[in-house]
Amino acid sequence: MIELQGISKSFKVAKRSSGIGQAFKALFAREHTTVHALQEISFSIGEGEIVGYIGPNGAGKSTSIKVMSGILVPDEGSCSVMGYTPWKDRTAYVKNIGVVFGQRSQLWWDVPVLDSFELLKDIYRIPEAEYRGNLSMLTETLDLEPILKVPVRQLSLGQRMRCEIAASLLHGPRILFLDEPTIGLDAVSKLAVRRFIRTLNEEKGVTVILTTHDMSDIEALAERILMIGKGTLLYDGTIGELRNRFGTERKITVDYETCDRPLEIEGAKTLSWSPERAVFSVDTGQYRIADLISRLSGQIELLDVSVEAKPVEEMIVELYREHRI
Amino acid sequence: MRAYTSVWRLRFLLGLQYRTAAFAGIATQLFFGFIFIMIYIAFYEHGAGGAPIDLPDLISYTWLQQIFLTLIMLWYRDNEIFRLITSGNIAYELCRPCGIYGFWYAKLLGQRLAGASLRCLPLLPIALLLPEPYRLGFPPSIANLGLFILSLAIGLLIVVSVSMLLYISVFWTMSPVGSTLLISIAGEFFAGMVIPVPLMPEWLQKIANFLPFRWSADFPFRVYTGHIPEREALLGIAAQLVWIVVLIGFGQWLLSRALRRTVIQGG
Repeated sequence: MIELQGISKSFKVAKRSSGIGQAFKALFAREHTTVHALQEISFSIGEGEIVGYIGPNGAGKSTSIKVMSGILVPDEGSCSVMGYTPWKDRTAYVKNIGVVFGQRSQLWWDVPVLDSFELLKDIYRIPEAEYRGNLSMLTETLDLEPILKVPVRQLSLGQRMRCEIAASLLHGPRILFLDEPTIGLDAVSKLAVRRFIRTLNEEKGVTVILTTHDMSDIEALAERILMIGKGTLLYDGTIGELRNRFGTERKITVDYETCDRPLEIEGAKTLSWSPERAVFSVDTGQYRIADLISRLSGQIELLDVSVEAKPVEEMIVELYREHRI
Repeated sequence: MRAYTSVWRLRFLLGLQYRTAAFAGIATQLFFGFIFIMIYIAFYEHGAGGAPIDLPDLISYTWLQQIFLTLIMLWYRDNEIFRLITSGNIAYELCRPCGIYGFWYAKLLGQRLAGASLRCLPLLPIALLLPEPYRLGFPPSIANLGLFILSLAIGLLIVVSVSMLLYISVFWTMSPVGSTLLISIAGEFFAGMVIPVPLMPEWLQKIANFLPFRWSADFPFRVYTGHIPEREALLGIAAQLVWIVVLIGFGQWLLSRALRRTVIQGG
């Protein structure tokens, strides 16, 4: 569905050090540096996938989204989305995609949300029946009913974001690009947005490409991760693969009836200990968790046990570190 | 097409929200109308005579300038479009299945028409009912009126085409201050908003004739008063149409160049 081949894009950035002297110098001789925002990026995404696009700040995530949505023209490389070259067939192509830029707004500031929606309906030439259907579906799932008639300037960030997402989906796009859609949302809105993206993908088969810094978004939504750093693609694989790669280590937290001597369990490394609680680390490749727990319950009165894999967040940080980005 | 009429309508409705601005506008325009007319009356009373335009015509000319100010002023601008370009929100405009040129054009048109209808509807009857010599006269014939409306409408399209160039220039300059100030001052002057074109020295009039600005304001107003005869008016309308083709063509070419080298600001 989406095919990128050797996409490169660089920007020329004027730079100078701070200070009056430097500013004065820059009046005459401007120094430019070339920033390689994207270098030889290639990947392909199939229909109905949800792909998490991650990378540290300034890695080139937004730039890639902009290239794929036809806004930026890359210096080199080819890109084909649903058979279109985005920047060449821009107007024909963009009818099929929806884009949400979490940091920008597409709604008209001074008019009620519904007016902006009506305008989009005319811009995308959405047939009346389809528009009604999509609008009522979006209103229901994103809980927009109470805010549709409010001017955008009076909405909170979370309310606005839900409207932004709805606005990008009115025309029933086949592909949805989400550039930090959960930025600044509270927990309730965040969950609502995630649940919504999931249903959209499952029920309508919409392909979703999502950039975010919130790893829990990725964990909740994406099966596949593309990681980009300094403009190059560093990792392309599933979350499962990532988990396997980062080993079989599990963290076990145990609460028990007061016990005043440290526990010694075979195969488990004690990370911390107190009379009521202990934390162990276990390599599940060598020892079974069930054995460990039964050994524990032989020694103490267990109250609660929790087993955690390494959080995705930490795996990503380790991945960044591995690639020195 | 529906997209353009729709954005036009939305911008128009939005413009109608600003009632206080409209009242202030009416007061300002009345004030300036009176001041200008008083100056002209003083000039004509003490001048040497043989003026290139009669006083009643000049008074009508002045009122028309004030009444249709929002249709012809170049400084009347949509800051939202400037913000769109400088802040990078244009990213959203670029993922719409319609041309940006037409989209913005319709937006600007709607804004100007909303502003004009809020000001001109109340001002027009006031100016027509004022005591002499301040009264706005009627056009000499129905034909003049018809030609005036037509030429004013085309003039509006010229103004919007010129202002489109201003918006497009921001892609390069990143600040609307310089280009708007420069073009709007020059444009206003050559449109006869400072000194009516018939009162300019001959050589200056020649320059004005070669620029697009005069065709948006000076020309339709003189058609209204009959200062430009009907035959000449028809030729003028042809000239206006040529200007429109040139300006829109140039604007679209410029915009497509600007978009090719666009950098979306701020991430």
